[in-house]
Amino acid sequence: MQSEVLIEAEKLTKKFGDLVAVDGISFKILKGECFGFLGPNGAGKTTTMKMIHCVLPSTMGELTVAGMDVARNGREIRQMIGVAPQEDNLDPDFTVFHNLIVYARYFDISKAEAKKRADELLNFVQLEEKRDVIIEHLSVGMKRRLILARALLNEPQILILDEPTTGLDPQARHLIWSKIRSLQKQGVTIVLTTHYMDEAAKLCDRLIIMDRGKIIEEGNPPDLVKKHVGEEVLEVAHDEKVMRLLQETFQGARLEVVGEKIHVFTNKSRGVFAQMLREVPFKEAVIRDANLEDVFLKLTGRRLRK
Amino acid sequence: MKLSNVPSHFRIPKLSYRVWKVWMRDRDVLMKTYKTTFLPPLLEPILYLLAMGFGLGGFVQLIDGESYIQFIAPALVAVSMMFSSFFECTYGSFVRMYYQKTFDAIIATPVSLEEVIAGEILWGATKSLINSTIVLGVIAAFGLTPSPLFLLIPPISFLVGLLFAAIAMCFTAISPTINSFEYPTFLFITPMFLLSGTFFPLTALPASLQILAQLFLPLTHAVTLARGLVLGRLELTLLLNLAWLLLVTPFFFVLSINLMKKRLIK
Repeated sequence: MQSEVLIEAEKLTKKFGDLVAVDGISFKILKGECFGFLGPNGAGKTTTMKMIHCVLPSTMGELTVAGMDVARNGREIRQMIGVAPQEDNLDPDFTVFHNLIVYARYFDISKAEAKKRADELLNFVQLEEKRDVIIEHLSVGMKRRLILARALLNEPQILILDEPTTGLDPQARHLIWSKIRSLQKQGVTIVLTTHYMDEAAKLCDRLIIMDRGKIIEEGNPPDLVKKHVGEEVLEVAHDEKVMRLLQETFQGARLEVVGEKIHVFTNKSRGVFAQMLREVPFKEAVIRDANLEDVFLKLTGRRLRK
Repeated sequence: MKLSNVPSHFRIPKLSYRVWKVWMRDRDVLMKTYKTTFLPPLLEPILYLLAMGFGLGGFVQLIDGESYIQFIAPALVAVSMMFSSFFECTYGSFVRMYYQKTFDAIIATPVSLEEVIAGEILWGATKSLINSTIVLGVIAAFGLTPSPLFLLIPPISFLVGLLFAAIAMCFTAISPTINSFEYPTFLFITPMFLLSGTFFPLTALPASLQILAQLFLPLTHAVTLARGLVLGRLELTLLLNLAWLLLVTPFFFVLSINLMKKRLIK
């Protein structure tokens, strides 16, 4: 069955003066999937999100949401999208409940319906006990959950989550993840940016990796891992002799020195490292599953970004 | 300003009923904090009436046949229109735009940025209406509203508020930081507070300054209108004051929305 394309970008470009924030990217997001935008800071993820929900006009290229052009149908598109931004922009003058009521008004939701939805959503994000608390008395995690609830007030078909779990403790992250999964089950299309690779691997059906405004890779997480870093990674203590031995043993493998360790990536099948360690017991040797973080660092490098 | 930029500064914004949703948000905040926000407009005019009216007024001869306290009372109403709307749409709007990111939150909904700014300006005008009506009540309580025409002042205060809110929003659009508002306050608002026929008749100024005040200081028109209505002195020139306000207000209203768009939508 051919899935319906909900969001489509064709050579989408955004310039701020001389700075090219998004550089001619093309992608298709299908209805009902969880689609991730990964990339280091400054890659252009948030800029792309803002163009999708029509608060930032594009400089060049095409962008349609549900078949509508973002330049012409901004209002209609924003009516069907829920946005949970990176930063806390809750209204500090209001209580938790009143934040939702005021926000519902912007979507022309009637007062009675707004109250009903607000209570349901507070229940959904487990904030019912904080219903009448002023925003400044909430923890960071509670604010994130409230922002998620606010993004769901208009019963959106598309939910945009810009770094939904940045700065949260593990409990709060897991709660947000479980909510995202249950929303996807209800048929909501999720568009998410993150720089947590475990988050992307857990949630995303497909993702693109961006760097400096361009898409440098796309696919589903397991395929990307297999393609770029194989199935397993061997980490051993760094030593010149060990390095030479590894180079001889694993010809064609990628050897990377990371701090005090050597990381060995190979496209050979699972088990080759274990077999080798039985013959040559290296110091501090660890075999682990290859993951998306390995892919990300391979593609975007280890240099720090501004 | 480049010549090619001129038309875009005066593009007529597309507005809908959603403007009122932004206005309602600001109203809701006021309703939550009214105990503290209603106190200054109530107490400030009393202080001025006591200090300047009774105190200073004892040393001042009658102006146009009026006591000094009667002369300044309507001016205090006009001044409160200016202060309340100007500060609402400078400091108040800047905090909502820059620190609270309230505008960002609203424009992610079907409400557009133009509507957010228009709603803020309407709210500034409403603050002018509320505060100046309180001041009007105070001077009425002091027995300083001889003519029933003073009841026409509230609708005028909305118009005056609209103008000052729109001017304020222009400054908000170009201010890099919240401290930048010191400049318009010191260079524009304070001189106007003192030189618009508020505490002494405009005719006491040199002729050239009188003309400048009438051409460029919106408060002179608000003061003249308020004084004319409070004293029941209807002159045809009051229509000129009204016309000035009606002409200049749309200019700044449109300009402020376009300047804000330039600031916020890159």
